[in-house]
Amino acid sequence: MSGASLDPRLLRKAPPRPLRFSWSDERFRNIVYQVLVVAAVLSVFGWLWSNTRYNLEVRRIATGWGFLSREAGLPIGEHLIDYDPSMTYFRALLVGVLNTLKVAIIGIVLATILGTLLGIARLSKNWMLARFAGAYVEIVRDLPLLLQLLFWYSLLQGLPGPRQAFNPVTGVFLSNRGLKLPYIQWESAHSWTLLAVVVGAVLTWFYRRTVRAKQMQDGQIRSIWPAALLLMVGLPLLVWAALGAPFTIDVPELRGFNFRGGLDVSPEFFALLLGLTLYTAGFIAEIVRAGILAVSQGQWEAAEALGLSRRRVMNLIVLPQAMRVIIPPMTSQFLNITKNSSLAVAIGYQDIVSIANTTLNQTGQAIEGIAIIMLVYLTISLSISLFMNWYNKRIALVER
Amino acid sequence: MSDLAAGGTPAVPTVPRRAPITMIGPVAWARANLFNNWWSSAITLAMIYLLVKVAVSFVSWAFINAIWVVPVSPAGVANTEACRAIAGVGACWAVITEKHRFILFGTYPYEQHWRPAIVCLLFIGLYVVSAMRRFWRWELALVWIAVLTLIGVLMWGGILGLSYVPQERWGGLPITLILATFGLAFAFPLAILVALGRRSKLPAIKALCVLYVELIRGVPLISLLFMASVMFPLFLPEGLNIDKLLRAQVAIILFAGAYLAEVVRAGLQALPRGQYEAADALGLSYWHKTGLIILPQALRLVIPPLVNTFIGFFKDTSLVLIIGIFDLLTAGKTAIIEPAWQGFGVEVYITLGVIYFVFCFAMSKYSSGLEAEFNRHRRR
Repeated sequence: MSGASLDPRLLRKAPPRPLRFSWSDERFRNIVYQVLVVAAVLSVFGWLWSNTRYNLEVRRIATGWGFLSREAGLPIGEHLIDYDPSMTYFRALLVGVLNTLKVAIIGIVLATILGTLLGIARLSKNWMLARFAGAYVEIVRDLPLLLQLLFWYSLLQGLPGPRQAFNPVTGVFLSNRGLKLPYIQWESAHSWTLLAVVVGAVLTWFYRRTVRAKQMQDGQIRSIWPAALLLMVGLPLLVWAALGAPFTIDVPELRGFNFRGGLDVSPEFFALLLGLTLYTAGFIAEIVRAGILAVSQGQWEAAEALGLSRRRVMNLIVLPQAMRVIIPPMTSQFLNITKNSSLAVAIGYQDIVSIANTTLNQTGQAIEGIAIIMLVYLTISLSISLFMNWYNKRIALVER
Repeated sequence: MSDLAAGGTPAVPTVPRRAPITMIGPVAWARANLFNNWWSSAITLAMIYLLVKVAVSFVSWAFINAIWVVPVSPAGVANTEACRAIAGVGACWAVITEKHRFILFGTYPYEQHWRPAIVCLLFIGLYVVSAMRRFWRWELALVWIAVLTLIGVLMWGGILGLSYVPQERWGGLPITLILATFGLAFAFPLAILVALGRRSKLPAIKALCVLYVELIRGVPLISLLFMASVMFPLFLPEGLNIDKLLRAQVAIILFAGAYLAEVVRAGLQALPRGQYEAADALGLSYWHKTGLIILPQALRLVIPPLVNTFIGFFKDTSLVLIIGIFDLLTAGKTAIIEPAWQGFGVEVYITLGVIYFVFCFAMSKYSSGLEAEFNRHRRR
C-alpha cells in the first residue's frame, strides 16, 4: 500500500489542462455546481436575515449586547461565585455557565466510575452480578432521560420533611430539602495541602518518566509506588501538619424546621446529578464492555505465556489496547452529559439554559439569548473534543 | 458379549453411573456461576438479600397496599384522601385509572378517542412491517406515504364524515409517535445527502456539510427547540405562521439529520474502496454509482447503529416538554397538575416509563438480532 513500492512512473501527475468553459469538462461542471449550491444556501440565509431584520423593527426589539450590563433582578439559588439579584445579566449568565460545568464535571467523574464498574460486572463470571448489570443497562438505556429526571425529582419531593429525614449515617440527611452532608471547614491550610497534592502529582510524573527512561536502558523494573505515595500523600500531610493540622467537620443538624451547617445539596442538583450519572453510566458500561471484549483472547494468552502476572497483563497488555477502542465513544458520552445537563431547565436547576431562558423572557432578546446558549455549548464541546482527540492521538496505535 | 458368556461369568448389567451431583446439574451450575470462590459467594449472597428486600417492598408498595380506584364526585373532582393516607406505603394507581385517557390522548375530544387509538395502532403496524426483511423493497416507501396520509386524515378529520379536530387539541402518545416517525422519515434522506456531501470531492459542498453536522452536534437539542419556538417566528415573513408542532418537528429533523449523517458516513467509509473503483471503471455516473452500488451496501452495513440512533430519537422527542408541546410525557406531567392528584408523580412516571420501555426495548432487541444475523458470515 505504501507509495515507495509503486512504480515511480505511475506517480507522475497528468499535465495540467486548461479549464474549458463547456459542460463536458468535469472541472467546469463541478465549479458550477458548487457556485449554485453556495448561492442557494446564501440566498436562503439572506432571506431569513432580511425577514428577521424586518420583524425586529416591526416589534421594536433592539438587538445588541447592551442588556448584559443591566441589572438582572433574577434570583439564583445556587451560585459558585458571589451573586445577588442586583448584579448584571452578564454575572447571572456566568453563574449559569459555572452551574452547568459543576454538574457536568461531577457527573462525568461519577458516571465514568459507575459505568466502568458496571461494564466489568457485566463480564463477571458471577452469573447473578452479570445479569444484574445487564438488566440495569437495558432498563436505563431504554427510558428517556427527561422521564428519569422527572421521576427522581418527584421521588425526592415525596420524601419526608427535615424532621423525619432519612439519616442513614451520622451527619447525612436525606429529606425533601435535598441532601445534607458533613463538610470540612475550609481554611487556607487546606488550600496549601491541595496545592501540595498537585505538586506531588507533577513530581511523581517526572519521577516516573526518568524511571521509565532508565528501565528502557537497563531493562530493570523499578517500582514507582513508594515514591508516588511519599510525594502525593506524605508531602501534603507534612504541609498540613506544619500549618497546625486544622480539622473541623461541619456536621449538619436539625434546628427548628430546617438544617444548619454542613454541605447543602439541593434537590434539583441532586436529582439532575443522579439522573445524568445513572443514565450515562448505562452507556459507558456498554462501551467499557465492548472495549474489553475487543482485545482478543490471544493477547491474554500471549502475555501469560511471557510469564507476566495477571495484574501486569491487565495493566500493560489489555487495558492499553482496550483504551483505544474505549476512548472515542467515551468522548461522545462526556459531550452527551454536558449537553444533557441542559435538561436541568425542566426540574428547575439553574444552569445556563435556564438562566438564558429567563433572561430572554425578561429582556425579549431572543436571538442573543439563544446565541449565548449555543456559544457556551459549542465552546465546551469543542474543548472536550480537542482534549480527548489529543489524548486519543497519544494512545493511538502508531502505524507506519 | 458371547465369549464373555462362554467364559461362565455371568454378565452383570452395569447401570451407567451418573456423574456426581457436584459435576452436573443445577448444583454444579450454581457452584461454577454463583459460588466459585468466597468473593463471588459473598457477592451472590449480598445480591440475593438486596433483591429479595427490594422485591418485597416493591410488591407491597405497588400491589398489596396499592389503591386502584378512588371515589369521584359528580363534579369530576377526585377524592384522593385515601391515597394521601398511604403515601410512601402504597401506590396510588387510581391516578392512572382516572387519567389514562388523558395521558394517552391529551385533550383530543373524548368521544373521538378511537381515532388517535387507531393512529397509534397504524404506527405500530407500520414499524412492524418495516422491520420485516421480506418487505424491504421500494414499494415500502409507497406504503409509508399511504399510511402517513391516512394518519393525517384520521387526526385532522374534516372529511369522510369525521369531525374536524384542530392540531392544538392533539396530544399524548400520537404526538410522540408523529414527532418520531415524521422526524426520521425526513431526517433520513437529509442525512444521506449530507453524508454524501461530507465525502464529496467538491470543497464548498464538503465545507457546508461539515459545518452543518458539527454545529448541530455541538449544541443540545433543547437549544434548537428553543430556537424553533422563540426565533423561528422572527425568521419568517409577516403573515406566514407555522404552528408550534411543525416548528418543533423541523428542529427535530435538523437535529436527527446531523446524527444520522454521521452513522451513514461510517457506512460509506467502511465500504472497501474497490467498490467505488469498480463502479468508476464501469463508467457509471456519480448518481448511478451511489444509488446502485454504494448506498445499498453502505446502508446495510449500518442498519444496527441506525436502529440504535432511532431509539435515541424516540427518547429525545420527550424534550418537546420543555417548549410545551403536548407529547406523552407532557400529558403525564400535566395530568398531575390538578390539586387532587398533586404528588403522585412517581406512579405516573412509572407508567410512562413502561410505555417508552416497550417501544425502545422492542427496537433494541430487533437491532441486536439484526446485528447477529449480519455478523453470521463472520463467525464461521
